Amino acid sequence: MRNIFLFIRRYFTIISFFILQGIALWMLFTYNRFHRGRGLGIASNITGWTNSKYNKLEDFFRMGEENKRLLKMNDSLINLQSFNFVAQDSAKKITRDSIPFDSTGKFRQFLWRDAQVVYNTVTSDKNYFQINKGSRQGIKENMGVFGAGGGLAGMIVNVGSDYSTAMSLLHVQSRVNAITKRTKSVGTLQWDGKSPQYLILNNIPQEDSLVKGDTILTGNYSLSFPPGQIIGTIDKILTEKSSTFYILKIKPVTRFSTLQQVMVVENLQYTTQKELLNETKKKIEDNKKK
Amino acid sequence: MSDIIRNIIRFGLFILIQVYVLNKIPFLHQFIRPYIYFLFILWLPFSISRVTLLVVGFFTGLMLDYYTNTPGLHAAACTLIAYIRPFIVGILTPKESPNEQSYREPSPKALGWTPYLIYCLVLTVFHNGYVFLLQMLSFGGFLVFLGKVIASSAISMLLIVTTELLFQRKLSYRTNTAS
Repeated sequence: MRNIFLFIRRYFTIISFFILQGIALWMLFTYNRFHRGRGLGIASNITGWTNSKYNKLEDFFRMGEENKRLLKMNDSLINLQSFNFVAQDSAKKITRDSIPFDSTGKFRQFLWRDAQVVYNTVTSDKNYFQINKGSRQGIKENMGVFGAGGGLAGMIVNVGSDYSTAMSLLHVQSRVNAITKRTKSVGTLQWDGKSPQYLILNNIPQEDSLVKGDTILTGNYSLSFPPGQIIGTIDKILTEKSSTFYILKIKPVTRFSTLQQVMVVENLQYTTQKELLNETKKKIEDNKKK
Repeated sequence: MSDIIRNIIRFGLFILIQVYVLNKIPFLHQFIRPYIYFLFILWLPFSISRVTLLVVGFFTGLMLDYYTNTPGLHAAACTLIAYIRPFIVGILTPKESPNEQSYREPSPKALGWTPYLIYCLVLTVFHNGYVFLLQMLSFGGFLVFLGKVIASSAISMLLIVTTELLFQRKLSYRTNTAS
């Protein structure tokens, strides 16, 4: 027993080094974006506080540019209003329905909330941004985030009480379902970590006749985003000899380095859809076992 | 100013500069990730005990990790350089030299420019190498790793030298008179 104590006292430094290394590596390897990072919820309130202070300063300098962008967005929305359209003939009158639940059985599936980005990076392999709304404002994990220009920006991965963190599209582990507007082919949008100017879209078959400038939209198979929202345009089309798929370089609509105002979209049917998916999986796999 | 207060202020400044200045610079190249916050660990006093140094290093890294959403990544690297720092200091200062006693903390003045730059370079390469090694495990190949270590260490060294030239620490000889 005495020897053990002597041993510990003699090698105390190296033992504490290995313990601290162990803790750090354990934190690193057990953290993934689907499970809440250890202590990150609490830490996000501290980092959120300093981030929002910094953001106030940054806002002051970027206000002009951001205002222009918001004005453009408003402008495009005003253009969609029904009062802009005059019916030539009463039989062809265009009406827009604004009631969430109407008699024909339409219901609201997506709900939008605005938020401000308080911290944002583009220089890492794994970029995240923090927004100033959290669980108290109704933000939940896996909600989609869109930039003020209407383009997809990321997805909420971690929620604190007043702040939450979103994984940017500029994240090497980001995988987003996307379609090409013209040919309606479904692909996977990801990022290769090389330049924040471009995203990569894979799995589009080479039979499709695509040209530079074609629009890429969010796909139908995501539970987090409404389908048909803009992501970006094709900037470069690369073909690989060994496969039958294109590699498309996409120029995103969202400008990640100056992300300030964002909109968080909630799928009100998320739990229902997710449960159905999980139950289906369970049902099929249970049948396999039998 | 006592060592503790001085170092607490430094800790805050280094973390803030790393998070709000260096992490926010426009994207230059995939290989370039400017790091300077670990200079805080390099500047800690000679008199600090080795275990305290390890714990301080761990929490410095962890603080940055909470901003960058990578719990454990920088903490592991900082613990590593906090562990090897005493060995490097031991190699670079001759046993007979009175410097270690007369200066409070490592600086170009205390060690001399060349040994001090070697001291910074070794710890920088260890820090960056370890961070990028851990990142390589989840993404990227060996060449990207090598490029990142070389390019980012060069940038870090540039930042460290600039910092040393801009902010010359007033480190007088320690004497018996109370300061």
